[in-house]
Amino acid sequence: MVELGVELAGIRLRNPTILASGILGVTPATLKRAAKGGAGAVTMKSLGPEPRQGHPNPTVLEWECGLINAVGLSNPGVEAGAKEVAEAVKKVKAPVIASFFAKDAAEFGVVAGRLAAAKPAMLEANLSCPNTIREMGIPFAYEPEHAAEAVKAAKERAGDIPLIAKLSPNTHRLKEVAKAVEAAGAGAINMGNTLGPGMLIDVDARKPILANKAGGVSGPAIRPVAVRCVWDVYESVKIPIIGTGGVGSGRDALEMIMAGATAVGVGSAVASGGFKVFGKIAKEMEEWMAKNGVSSVRELVGVAHK
Amino acid sequence: MGMAKILEVREENPRMRTLFLDAAMKASPGQFAMLWIPGLNEKPLSFSYCGEGRVGFTVAKVGPFSEKLSQMKVGELVGVRGPFGNGFKPKWDRIAIVGGGCGAAPLGFLAEELARKGAKVSFVVGAKTKGELLFAERARSAGAEVLVCTDDGSEERKGFATDALKDLLEKGKIDAVCTCGPEIMMRKVFELCEAKGVECQASLERWMKCGFGVCGQCAIDGFLVCKEGPVFPSSKLRRMREFGTLKRDACGLPLKA
Repeated sequence: MVELGVELAGIRLRNPTILASGILGVTPATLKRAAKGGAGAVTMKSLGPEPRQGHPNPTVLEWECGLINAVGLSNPGVEAGAKEVAEAVKKVKAPVIASFFAKDAAEFGVVAGRLAAAKPAMLEANLSCPNTIREMGIPFAYEPEHAAEAVKAAKERAGDIPLIAKLSPNTHRLKEVAKAVEAAGAGAINMGNTLGPGMLIDVDARKPILANKAGGVSGPAIRPVAVRCVWDVYESVKIPIIGTGGVGSGRDALEMIMAGATAVGVGSAVASGGFKVFGKIAKEMEEWMAKNGVSSVRELVGVAHK
Repeated sequence: MGMAKILEVREENPRMRTLFLDAAMKASPGQFAMLWIPGLNEKPLSFSYCGEGRVGFTVAKVGPFSEKLSQMKVGELVGVRGPFGNGFKPKWDRIAIVGGGCGAAPLGFLAEELARKGAKVSFVVGAKTKGELLFAERARSAGAEVLVCTDDGSEERKGFATDALKDLLEKGKIDAVCTCGPEIMMRKVFELCEAKGVECQASLERWMKCGFGVCGQCAIDGFLVCKEGPVFPSSKLRRMREFGTLKRDACGLPLKA
């Protein structure tokens, strides 16, 4: 038997797959199904201080090598959302991660405090949404000082609930950002959000297709970038990393882990694999490990660096 | 898919128009596509016609998007993504189709398909008033028995489509019911079917974004309307507490359905 269980800032996951934020997780019932489909942990869609409609459609599109989206942080607001987090914590048989965003550090603190009261297994500060720059400014995760400020404010109100900092591949200061959020009290890093932003133009319409024009790119197209980002972060910090970006198979997950991830976020792969994609990825990891005489997935974290 | 040219615009009744698009899509009744007007929005619409290299979508003016869509002219372009979701799949001989208002949009197409496969179809269609009835003639031409109900009694029976369905079910001549319309009507249809032990398939509607099962916005009790629906069978409808009671707005806030 091979061991797929991992530990992330003190929280035990039965396998390394995590439902990424913004995928399926609008309601406790969908989170429950993702856990039933094999997810080691599930993340609820990011909540902000107030209800937000997000951008008009089109918001999510499929293209040849992945997805592109600019949903624009639509969410019911932390007041209604915290109740759904509490319900999810009760109903879902896997750790529930509550993702959240805000427009400044003080607000990060307020939202973190309200969500902490709902007792999720972990909190995830979304410092990196690339689709709301017009309304909320450049993402915190682009600059170490901004990222640290937001994490520090959230950490102060998070109590004993571990805090994940969700970073962005879209910065030339990634290593500094990673070090800064670690120093500010993050218990783990999610590396990371979508790439870009990118754009698709319909040639016949002669217009960008997304209503927001630009949007974050995800799926297989960005996996090599995500793997390199995980690699860089692993070299910079001691806290565990969730590798997110284009993971759709057991081999993809193992690649992330070898680059330094302890767990893997799964998002776009849900488009083709549905709720069961998590179990499929875990099973493929298990098979590879059995074949290659690896008894615990923990032995593989960062092995590519050796 | 991409942009498709409008080949024909047909007035179905004073409230509703069908846009026929130049698109060789293969869709079954109950499936939907996302229709895009650049610079405005993109919304799900169920196919009301499909075949011979073109597809039709029937719209009523209910908001800025459908208003603009229904004003578009032959030769203009509309974006179309799809087909998405699962359509009606009744494998029975004697089928009642129950539609209300603009919800009847996919049901003329369904009546034609079922009649072509040899089913005996009763087409129950309701509307507020005579002028808002949809696809009654089309279903009659396909060979269906047509039962019309209007809230104001301006055409045939005065009352709801569910009243006519109840009589049909009492006569015991129905194996399955397919329905699309206001959710409160579909809930009632489902309950009537449950009381008689008759299979029901209902086409549900929730706020939709991606259309292919990733964003989770359209979930009803954990079922994804875009990918696992929009047509759900009795076995799944039974497991939904939110069917007829709760939906979510663009923010994801729960509202009364």
